Amino acid sequence: MEQIGILEGRQKQIFEKRKGTTQADIACDTSSLSGSVSQRACVFCGSRVVLYPVADAIHLVHGPIGCAAYTWDIRGAVSSGPELHRLSFSTDLQEMDVIYGGEKKLYKSLIELIEQYKPKAAFIYSTCIVGLIGDDIEAVCKKVARETGIPVLPVHSEGFKGTKKDGYKAACHALMKLIGTGSTEDISKYSINILGEFNLAGEAWIIRQYYEKMGIEVVATLTGDGRIDAVRRAHGATLNVVQCSGSMTWLAKEMEEKYGIPYIRVSYFGIEDMSKSLYDVAVKFPDRPDIMEAAKLIVSEEVKTLYPSLQKFKKALTGKKAAIYVGGAFKTFSLIKALRSIGMSVVLAGSQTGNKDDYARLKEMCDEGTVIVDDSNPVELSKFILEKGADLLIGGVKERPIAFKLGIGFCDHNHERKIPLAGFIGMYNFALEVYQSVMSPVWQFAPRKGGSL
Amino acid sequence: MKHEHAKTATQNACKLCNPLGACLAFRGIENCVPFLHGSQGCATYIRRYLISHYKEPIDIASSNFHEETAVFGGSHNLKIGLKNVSDQYKPDVIGVATTCLSETIGDDVPMILREYKKEFKNGSPMPILIHASTPSYQGSHIDGFHAAVHASVKALAEKMPWQRLINLFPNMVSPADMRYLKEILEDFGVPYMMLPDYSQTMDGGPWAEYHRIPPGGTPASAIATAASAMASIEFGSTIEASKSAAGYLDMMFGVPAYHLPLPIGINGSDKFFSLLETLTSQKRAEKYEDERRRLVDAYADGHKYVFDKRVIIYGEEDLVIGMTAFLREIGILPVLCASGGKSGLLKKRIGELVPDMDELGIKVREGVDFVDIEDEAKILQPDFLIGNSKGYTMSRKNNIPLLRLGFPIHDRFGGQRMHHLGYRGTQELFDRIVNTVIEQRQNASSIGYTYM
Repeated sequence: MEQIGILEGRQKQIFEKRKGTTQADIACDTSSLSGSVSQRACVFCGSRVVLYPVADAIHLVHGPIGCAAYTWDIRGAVSSGPELHRLSFSTDLQEMDVIYGGEKKLYKSLIELIEQYKPKAAFIYSTCIVGLIGDDIEAVCKKVARETGIPVLPVHSEGFKGTKKDGYKAACHALMKLIGTGSTEDISKYSINILGEFNLAGEAWIIRQYYEKMGIEVVATLTGDGRIDAVRRAHGATLNVVQCSGSMTWLAKEMEEKYGIPYIRVSYFGIEDMSKSLYDVAVKFPDRPDIMEAAKLIVSEEVKTLYPSLQKFKKALTGKKAAIYVGGAFKTFSLIKALRSIGMSVVLAGSQTGNKDDYARLKEMCDEGTVIVDDSNPVELSKFILEKGADLLIGGVKERPIAFKLGIGFCDHNHERKIPLAGFIGMYNFALEVYQSVMSPVWQFAPRKGGSL
Repeated sequence: MKHEHAKTATQNACKLCNPLGACLAFRGIENCVPFLHGSQGCATYIRRYLISHYKEPIDIASSNFHEETAVFGGSHNLKIGLKNVSDQYKPDVIGVATTCLSETIGDDVPMILREYKKEFKNGSPMPILIHASTPSYQGSHIDGFHAAVHASVKALAEKMPWQRLINLFPNMVSPADMRYLKEILEDFGVPYMMLPDYSQTMDGGPWAEYHRIPPGGTPASAIATAASAMASIEFGSTIEASKSAAGYLDMMFGVPAYHLPLPIGINGSDKFFSLLETLTSQKRAEKYEDERRRLVDAYADGHKYVFDKRVIIYGEEDLVIGMTAFLREIGILPVLCASGGKSGLLKKRIGELVPDMDELGIKVREGVDFVDIEDEAKILQPDFLIGNSKGYTMSRKNNIPLLRLGFPIHDRFGGQRMHHLGYRGTQELFDRIVNTVIEQRQNASSIGYTYM
């Protein structure tokens, strides 16, 4: 096999865990190298994914058509009511708009869309060229808000102004403007917000149900099955529970500072982390021992049915190897544990946007020989998948064809999934999906297994 | 119909942006890496959009603009990017397409590429650099597609002695269509240069190791011979003259250009085969006569199911034109021919193929989005829709069946293997259309017929 080189300037973002070696911290939090085929997206993408599930707002993308077209109905974030988020709106800027400015078009678009769809709020995303042509989006938004009486929130998500993480922050910034504007009357002392849960395939509903069963009021989920009115009163919750730490920790910190609401980080993937996310919330309400009791009961009941059902998968999958490459590093921790619980080891773990602490923890968790990568690309991922003999890749749409070309199983753990992978039921679904992909007889024809080319 | 609300914003776009088409076209050149000069997001979004249709790894490099890049120009990033792509991918060709960002800041890409060639010369051969200007604020994905094909020919074609060679510019068709076209040309025994040719790069076999660039595509050396061909055939009748590769070869090198609509339907396919017969002084192979006979026979077997059915057809303008001609020859009435593209030629070109379009009440609309089409559908009450997957939202909402074709097919399997062109493609389309009607009837009947 041809030796695949790692690009100069990328070596520091790759680490292989070996006994007796002390290596410098993995480099991360950098922007992608020009010319490397990064799996990352841009600032706009970060903002768009975070705000997308807010279902009773319109999301207007201010720019040429591409950014809106590529994000139309793109996530499996479902709503229990309105579905405005599944429509794609763009100012579709043309050459003349670029020359003479797009403010008028933006203003007209907004007035018309708000009149037509009667949203509870509007998010206006700036794309790359809006920053350059100097449209005063803030002013337009203020004017439209005044005239229509709904919040019209600019999201400063010009693609080139940072990384996806900056997009998360811009989205959180827009949410912060809403939080605190609703009434907190009638909110229980035993209440939380669920942050960074986007209700993919209805996952937020599953999680919400657990907490409600424990006797806890969920004030808002940000942003899964999101509603503007719920966001407005999110400051009335007692605790913020943050999953997908990459996108929402900033918001949790802001809320802590401004409203004194503490936050904890959780993950809803895998038995261990799912259980922990219930216990960790329960301990925050020590004056109500019944909450902890309820949490314990949920866990024991769920595990009682789940555990035996996993054994079939474990038996088949024991000894198989997995590679993980996902957006946020926090998810990789859970996935490593979840995979171990069904007998699989992890030979490659990486993320698009992990930070220093994430990677330090990842190093600790991983087995000897595991490769850890930050902001990787198809060439590198393939190299390690083959070298390490992985049987499974966990990633998103962009990683899927890499796995299938090389003849290994794949589990989509990204925005497009249609089956819930969070919660206890999610662990079952996850194991089932992994099993069905890894154990498929089709791989017998893959060249990796000796099939002909 | 006038939209019930004033409509400035584009809602549920029926088009994609310019650079997407360029990336796809560049994937049809052998050992070529598409490179977007702009933000990282453009490359990533386009990759995932293409992957969801083609189910193939698609590496698109990016110059990855940052704030300083936007302020001081993209020259530095572009050069570093080209260097990195050259090192890591070892391509023969890098297809550089611009984006709204690099176009707006006014980067002089041709100049930067010239500088790059000077500054980074190190004795070893350098990839060929092709530049297509594809600002997203102009046109749509199809313009980027043609821009990349045009730019490639312009960059590579060189004066050579005449040879028995046909250039074929097939337009944005499926890998399966491309394979069929190559088969036809091979059966005519005529050497050809087809551009692009992503029949293998976007629909290939399994790999034993990762290919930085998948095998397949038209070699740069073949594109170089385009100027020596005896003729160029270009499918599509709405291609801007400045973006027509066949037009360029005609103008610069006197290679006669033949523009045909996409050959869909018997009449359209006949035109294509007749042209090949004329150019090669050879009869078509018997197997194509057979394909045609079977198709004529199928038309007879299925005609009653489809006659007078009312459909809305949408997609790229040239696809809509080719499909409209086909639908008319089987008795279907396209009550609306719609496109997100906006060449200004759609109505004229349809009229050339369907002279009675006005009497029939065929409505033609350019530059529309899916909300426009939906508004029309409410009035026109079509029996079904024909177009890409993105019509599903309105299809479901209004309970109008959707027959999927073209690009993208994101909600069905095998879009890359779907045929549209020639007798074979028409056969496949006809079967699917008839089955759409049969299924509709069968489902609507309370009896549960097992013979339809």
